[in-house]
Amino acid sequence: MSVFAVRSMAAAAALLFSLVPALAEEPVVNVYNWSDYVAKDTLERFTKETGIKVNYDVYDSNEVLDTKLMSGKSGYDVVFPSASPFFSQQVRAGAYQPLDKAKLPNAAGLEKMVMATLTKVDPGNEYGLPYMMAATGIGYNVDKVKAILQEAPTDSWKLLFSPEMLAKLKACGVSLLDAPTEVVPAMLLHQKLNPLSESSIDLEDAMKALGELRPNYRYIHSSKYINDLANGTICVAHGYVGDLVQARSRAREAKKKQNIAIFIPKEGAEVNIDVMAVPKDAKHPDNAHKFINFLLRPDVIGEITNQTGYANAVPASVKYVLYDIKSDPVIYPPAEVQNKLFTLQVPTKDYERSRARAWTKFRTAKK
Amino acid sequence: MSLQRFQRLNFGLPFLWMALFVLLPVAILLMVSLSESRIGVPPYKPLLEWAEGRLVGVNAGFASYGQLIEDGTLALTVVESLSMAGLTTLICLLLGWPMAWAIARTRPEGRGPLLLLVMVPFWTSFLVRIYAWMTILGDDGLLNSLLLGLGLIETPFLIMNTDRAVLIGMVYAYLPFMVLPLYAVLERLDPALLEAAGDLGARPLRIFFSVLLPLSMPGVLAGSALVFMPALGEYVIPDLMGGGGSAMMGKMMWDIFAMTRDWPGAAALAVVLLASVALPLALLSRLKRRLEGDAA
Repeated sequence: MSVFAVRSMAAAAALLFSLVPALAEEPVVNVYNWSDYVAKDTLERFTKETGIKVNYDVYDSNEVLDTKLMSGKSGYDVVFPSASPFFSQQVRAGAYQPLDKAKLPNAAGLEKMVMATLTKVDPGNEYGLPYMMAATGIGYNVDKVKAILQEAPTDSWKLLFSPEMLAKLKACGVSLLDAPTEVVPAMLLHQKLNPLSESSIDLEDAMKALGELRPNYRYIHSSKYINDLANGTICVAHGYVGDLVQARSRAREAKKKQNIAIFIPKEGAEVNIDVMAVPKDAKHPDNAHKFINFLLRPDVIGEITNQTGYANAVPASVKYVLYDIKSDPVIYPPAEVQNKLFTLQVPTKDYERSRARAWTKFRTAKK
Repeated sequence: MSLQRFQRLNFGLPFLWMALFVLLPVAILLMVSLSESRIGVPPYKPLLEWAEGRLVGVNAGFASYGQLIEDGTLALTVVESLSMAGLTTLICLLLGWPMAWAIARTRPEGRGPLLLLVMVPFWTSFLVRIYAWMTILGDDGLLNSLLLGLGLIETPFLIMNTDRAVLIGMVYAYLPFMVLPLYAVLERLDPALLEAAGDLGARPLRIFFSVLLPLSMPGVLAGSALVFMPALGEYVIPDLMGGGGSAMMGKMMWDIFAMTRDWPGAAALAVVLLASVALPLALLSRLKRRLEGDAA
């Protein structure tokens, strides 16, 4: 046999091997993502480049995704859970398959700090890679707050938790997120305690302070504030920066224009990282990897950031990001703020239970 | 097809339907509520443990129910659900009875349009109607603008995001379920009975309490059941119109399910809700049978 023949047979074999997984998988990927969380042409571009059809479904809460994953048969190949507490719990429950880094060359371009943060919920970054992220912060109505409080501390959790401030701000409406995982660490920070503390004494302190403030909060809800802040029904909202940004732009377009400002408290704040992961029962894991790798390409994810208003974790994408977005300190926080952002670790079962119990008691307390 | 086979089918189909869509889900709910919570997929342990085709263990227990009782969740939930649903039913009855009576006393050709008015809201989505109420009751909504404009109040009246708003929303949403069965009963009532009572010297109040109300009892019971049962499990109205302080069944179940991903705990609460709906229903139907027995 000639050298040429051997070479061509080897080449054919290599080609055949590389084709096997691709042949084994039909050219389809089933994606389950948050609503309005990709650019308009993202999916089309992916299909054009790879020939893989994207079946795209959307959800609007982590709980909906969690329920599907926990019942065992989600039917999806790529999902986008929030890192804490959802993704971390799902990893522990064994809902995902490990990612094959060899198939994800673009993952090398991910920001090291974000990856390090994720190891807290996913040791070794084995099951998930960061997609988009946003801090938790406070949005407020500049004119209404100023009218009540000349010297309002519009850089601090005090605006949400100081009894003197709240007694006055109560009149124009203050709302709190319906999530103990957000409110308790924020209160701990305000009390100059460790926000990651799982001590029952700290929890008790935080809940006691919150309990006294309860009558001052107009409501506790995790999405109503977007509209209410935009149209002036409330003047201070504890919220996810992504949602607050939405409220801010809606307020500019509203009939009765409201001047909304957003800040990330100087004491520090939680950062919510949405993660890309492949469920254990995924039927098209290869295509899932291709899809994730595609999303991590700087030009692709840069455009997604432009259209969603969320920061991504691919530094090389910044040159594709609009100036208005990359210069916005609540979307791309400056280094000194970034250093104070944190993610919750997986809580112990006991702590989770007592926190949930304390939260229900706080939430349902009658005025 | 022979008649016999048709009859068998006639009996079999509803039974199959009930088994598939009522009994089976309830059985699954019951099963999950008796199992033990764990970290895994699914987040509860299987009730029966099998190894090599033999049953090696049973992991069933009432721990989740015990937990709900111990930490006060059950008492809080039942009290709030019963009182909100009870209050809704009472207000619906107080508003619905005169409405049904007024419609029943209208000239026959006028009744159709009036009944239609009661039912028209059903033509639009429930959610849209609740959002409409949110704009009416809002701090700078229609109601407050009107009252401020008329000079009746000086600062906006805070209704949205309180229990008052929840009650208004629930009464609005369930009122038709009270009016329709009441109307059905009152319409068939013979006016001669009222004249007879009047001729015998009864005053209007006496006529109402001794004649009208007892005779309308089947409608009162049916209407109350139709309002009370769904109101018990109401989730959307407290969520959208309340201040986030709701301890009604739906919200509490969601909290247990989502916050601590304790599926058995949430299932246990659901079973209790189911029982608390089934029990009054059984009582009502017994009461109704007794009433009918009296009438016969």
